[in-house]
Amino acid sequence: MASKSQQAEHYFVPNPVIYPVIVSLGLLSLASGFIFNVNNYAAGGWMMLVGTILILSMVFKWMGSIIAESEGGLYKKWEDKSFRVGMIVFICSEVAFFAAFFGALFFMRVISIPELASFDPNFTMYKDFVANWPSAGPGGVVLGKEYVPAKFEPMGAWGLPAINTLLLLTSGATVTWAHWGILKNNRRQLVLGLFMTVALGIAFLACQAVEYHHAYTEMGLTLGAGAYGASFFMLTGFHGFHVLLGTIMLIVILLRSMKGHFTAQRHFGFEGVAWYWHFVDVVWLGLFVFVYWL
Amino acid sequence: MSSQATVHHDHHDDHHPTGIMRWLTTTNHKDIGTMYLVFSLIMFLLGGIMILGVRAELFQPGLQLVKPEFFNQLIGVHALIMIFAALMPAATGFANWMLPLQIGAPDMALPRLNNWGFWLLPPAAILLTLPFTLALFGIGDGAIATGWTFYAPLSVQGGIGVDFAIFAVHLLGVSSVLGSINVIVTILNMRAPGMTLMKMPMFAWSWLVTAFLLIATIPVLAGAVTMLLTDRHFGTHFFDAAGGGDPILFQHLFWFFGHPEVYIVLLPVWGFMPQILQTFSRKPMYGYKAQVYSLWAIGILALVVWAHHFFTVGMPVPALLYFMYSTMSISLPLAVLFFCWIATIWKGSLTFETPMLFAIGWIVLFGIGGLTGLVLADVAADAQYHHTYFVVAHFHYTLFAGGIMGIMAGVYYWLPKMTGHMFSERLGKLHFWLTAISFNLTFIPQFFLGLAGMPRRIPDYALQFAEFNMISSCAAFVLGLSQLIFVYNIISCVRGGKKATNKVWEGAEGLEWTLSSPPPYHSFTEQPVVK
Repeated sequence: MASKSQQAEHYFVPNPVIYPVIVSLGLLSLASGFIFNVNNYAAGGWMMLVGTILILSMVFKWMGSIIAESEGGLYKKWEDKSFRVGMIVFICSEVAFFAAFFGALFFMRVISIPELASFDPNFTMYKDFVANWPSAGPGGVVLGKEYVPAKFEPMGAWGLPAINTLLLLTSGATVTWAHWGILKNNRRQLVLGLFMTVALGIAFLACQAVEYHHAYTEMGLTLGAGAYGASFFMLTGFHGFHVLLGTIMLIVILLRSMKGHFTAQRHFGFEGVAWYWHFVDVVWLGLFVFVYWL
Repeated sequence: MSSQATVHHDHHDDHHPTGIMRWLTTTNHKDIGTMYLVFSLIMFLLGGIMILGVRAELFQPGLQLVKPEFFNQLIGVHALIMIFAALMPAATGFANWMLPLQIGAPDMALPRLNNWGFWLLPPAAILLTLPFTLALFGIGDGAIATGWTFYAPLSVQGGIGVDFAIFAVHLLGVSSVLGSINVIVTILNMRAPGMTLMKMPMFAWSWLVTAFLLIATIPVLAGAVTMLLTDRHFGTHFFDAAGGGDPILFQHLFWFFGHPEVYIVLLPVWGFMPQILQTFSRKPMYGYKAQVYSLWAIGILALVVWAHHFFTVGMPVPALLYFMYSTMSISLPLAVLFFCWIATIWKGSLTFETPMLFAIGWIVLFGIGGLTGLVLADVAADAQYHHTYFVVAHFHYTLFAGGIMGIMAGVYYWLPKMTGHMFSERLGKLHFWLTAISFNLTFIPQFFLGLAGMPRRIPDYALQFAEFNMISSCAAFVLGLSQLIFVYNIISCVRGGKKATNKVWEGAEGLEWTLSSPPPYHSFTEQPVVK
């Protein structure tokens, strides 16, 4: 026999929605447009634009209906737990995504570059190649074109990157402080904490932009600078993209907090974004140690 | 019931858009499950037609029907379709249909995400096959021609088809991750009161392990193909020795995903198969706990054995030894599973309805697939068998017999529950025998071809391989045509037939058999209590 409380407990199953199909359609348009673009076919740009508009407008409406449902009190403890577990699993998948790029970095540093320098001089094209890190590789013909390893200056750890570390670590603290605010029903502290977090996130992105500009214009460090350039830009680039997404989500949460959303008991929207922010923070520490420092 | 619950009841009634809009917008786990299964069946037939083109070309030595470039495209797209668009969606379809029924949940935990997870698949299938059509209009040179493995540097140099396949894989990956999130959340949060983890149906356990593997490996594949994309178009050198990268890095990243992928495809089958075996043996499943622990052992081992897919690439001997022993150690938990399956039917009151025929055939044929895998796991033997038809035969015994025939057993097992009608036993049995016999006739010759040294993925071959190839090609066409019986049987079962009882099968156990056949549109809106 079900107890009375269990009988009363209904899980919220949302009504049929059209958003996901249109997001998929947008992704199809965006992806094929991108492919046409990089292969120099016309119309690629337009397809990408249409795809992006479809995706963004649907995400906007989709998130809007979630916020409305949340504020309408349709989510109870049971649904809340689903969102929590789901967010944790999603963040785990993000960890695996970054692991692929860290794996590539370690493989090139520890295995492929030393190996390229270790062949018998009689049987290698790379006679003068010395294994060291950072490296842009020994050079050779790539896709029919001569590739000459870029002369570049590696990115030092103790300039902007160290400042960026400080910025992100501080933002982790401010978002936690904001969380304490909502737990104490102190909305001023919540809004202020979130505002500082957003500001720190934007500052981080600005520093990153300055760093990239410096790397491209003055240090000779580009995406095409061999193993170092590829792993540097792909790792920091994907991380920066995640910071950008996190900042946008934080801005949404900030605006919702200012409108009076969230209570001390129910604020998964806030917590999910905070978890995501901490995850981005931890990835940065890995980047700082293995990409910039060591 | 509180007033709040009554308000909610409006969301739970049967009113939903009709026609195409019902399927585009649905948040119902049964609708979404049905879409996954139908999509899977369509793609299974499409992938099958592609490989019949390959078998037709291989009927005789020499080049008769297709250009070698097109042959390569057929092989690669066949594999990608069968793995990502036929096998995985079928397993996800069953998860959608059956997990909520088996664990007494009102629906999947995240219904809108569930809808999106399905609707990412058709765009991915379009991306995968569009290059064939584009080539007819002079755009690009056809679909991906690297095989399903995307090996660099071939894939770095390949045409526009590689780009399409990269983004198809991205969409399929997002779909799988969403599906996994949904499954994990559903299993952890939506079980009926009293259903502890160790009381869950085996299918739920196996999908939990599957979802864990998907979450751990699909993003790595996404990363790998992203590096491939930047190597192709944005000047990076991940897979290029000139820049300090390494083509073998791609193989490591790919197979870190690719090996667990085998278990991702097979684990759901290992989950419902014991349930089928116990139903038609009329005795409880043997070794429930041992099976659960074995599933997890295999799931975790699957993550650390990937390099056995490229033993011949040139690895240090300690690495070879490590990957050989770790691969072979998977056979221990797998043997536990096999013995549990056999012990489940041991001394049971067996009857051989179509699902049971498929289940018994599956144990035998999948056993052959497993044992030939042990041969390939041996570094020394693999030096001889690598990249021969022995490998092709081996993985078709695991993925066709172990995967698709397992899925078919599941289809026949649950079809009466899903449609409310019994299918034709006579046609089902005919389908089984034709499939089992023609499958063996297709792939046993390939073992011998491989042992004799015939290489994979080549459209032509030496004269001494002619007879075996001819047998294999003829049997492949029988195998392909006999699937039409399957399709016919399903369609006629959906349209009508003898009414199915709630329990359908005499020995069936579990919550899904307590509901009507077909179950109501929203089931378990009030959760049952499991004692």
